[in-house]
Amino acid sequence: MFLIPNAVVRFFHRMASPPHFYAFTDKVMPWLIISFVLLTGFGLYGGLYLAPSDYQQGDSYRIIYIHVPSAWMSLFIYMVMAISGAIGLVWRIKLAEIVAISSAPIGASFTFIALFTGSLWGKPMWGTWWVWDARLTSELILLFLYLGVIGLYGAIDDKRVASKAIAILALVGVVNIPIIHYSVEWWNTLHQGPTVTKMDKPSIHVSMLIPLLLMALSFKFYYLIALIQRIRIELLQRERNAQWVKAKVLELRL
Amino acid sequence: MSLFYAFLAIIRRDLLLAVRRRSEIANPLLFFILVITLFPLGIGAQPHLLQAIAPGIIWVSALLAAMLSLDSLFRSDFDDGSLEQILLSPYPASVLVLAKIIAHWLVTGLPLLIVAPLLAVFLGMPTQSIGVLLLTLLLGTPVLSLIGAIGVALTVGLRRGGMILSLLVLPLYVPVLIFAGNAVEMAGSGLPVDAQINILISILCLSLVLAPWPTAAALKMSVN
Repeated sequence: MFLIPNAVVRFFHRMASPPHFYAFTDKVMPWLIISFVLLTGFGLYGGLYLAPSDYQQGDSYRIIYIHVPSAWMSLFIYMVMAISGAIGLVWRIKLAEIVAISSAPIGASFTFIALFTGSLWGKPMWGTWWVWDARLTSELILLFLYLGVIGLYGAIDDKRVASKAIAILALVGVVNIPIIHYSVEWWNTLHQGPTVTKMDKPSIHVSMLIPLLLMALSFKFYYLIALIQRIRIELLQRERNAQWVKAKVLELRL
Repeated sequence: MSLFYAFLAIIRRDLLLAVRRRSEIANPLLFFILVITLFPLGIGAQPHLLQAIAPGIIWVSALLAAMLSLDSLFRSDFDDGSLEQILLSPYPASVLVLAKIIAHWLVTGLPLLIVAPLLAVFLGMPTQSIGVLLLTLLLGTPVLSLIGAIGVALTVGLRRGGMILSLLVLPLYVPVLIFAGNAVEMAGSGLPVDAQINILISILCLSLVLAPWPTAAALKMSVN
């Protein structure tokens, strides 16, 4: 702890308190939305208009500007969920528990988008909606892991207990994800050998890469916006008997 | 009373309980046999087809049978309160939980090994792969019990835990299914299976060491 500057510690300490967090998000939200809109605008303009078409795939490659960032987000959000779940388990920080459960539906949506856009791209490119490729299969299993977390949280009535339960489950999932990933890769290579999915890794051109990175960043901002909205609702629900929520309600009624 | 003695006492108690209630042993076993009997009825009795998919059938059925038997792992102890006593005891909960899992495997996992060769013959599996099938079942079914225990521990306090349990546990079973099924298939074509067996052993060691912790933590959470 002594390695971290005092101001940072104080910042996180304050953020762990619901009323402070609520007030803080009121202030940052406009900036997040502006950054998201700008990044998405530039990213899409660069990706859909400025970037040249691929010499092999034509224009249909442009789906990567949605597909690849979603796939990145699906793993990133799982890590966020597991880490914040662990923080909630160890230090009993309410906000960390809420971050964990609020991340789950967003992560599941990104996973679904990655799978869906992948199959849309696969139809013209590979001639089939679905192949049992290693990446597709492990992404599908990731979706099941997300759904398990959401289902478990919904099944337990006491939400404090439910938060602990999903934290344990998410941590078990984190240990398992690499094992599942490598086992699926092994299974795939042994069963099918080199498949249609075997693309020799093209070194992506800069004019295509920059919009991709912009989109990746804009997805991060979108995640933050969606996460904060979910956290705020969850906070209001859990803290409905607290004084600051009452004050907030009265203030809004004016 | 030493920890080791407590460990043995729990195994002994659970085995004794299982002997008194024999249906607990018989149910997963009958389920395993029935599911495997259903496959030829569903897909037709062509020997080549059955022989080709036999490793997959046997392993998927074992997976389902293991999952179905999981509910009995902590259910009765949870209902009559002895689970709380176990968790309150001065010994580390994870070790005692491991004892319960081992006893559960002896009751529900081991019988699968005994009938598996018979079912393999039913499906026309080549003789050289039956040994490998038994080996993978010996290494794989304890992993199913260990990973499944985490899922049951999370859902034991719920009234409708059954459906959610399969959603929690089955994705985590994927690696075992892949390596075990693959090993049996390779053995059928006379190829070496050392790599798959080694990986199964390492998965078993890993889950033996790691799984009791989250199980104990989840049980403590479910009990209070």
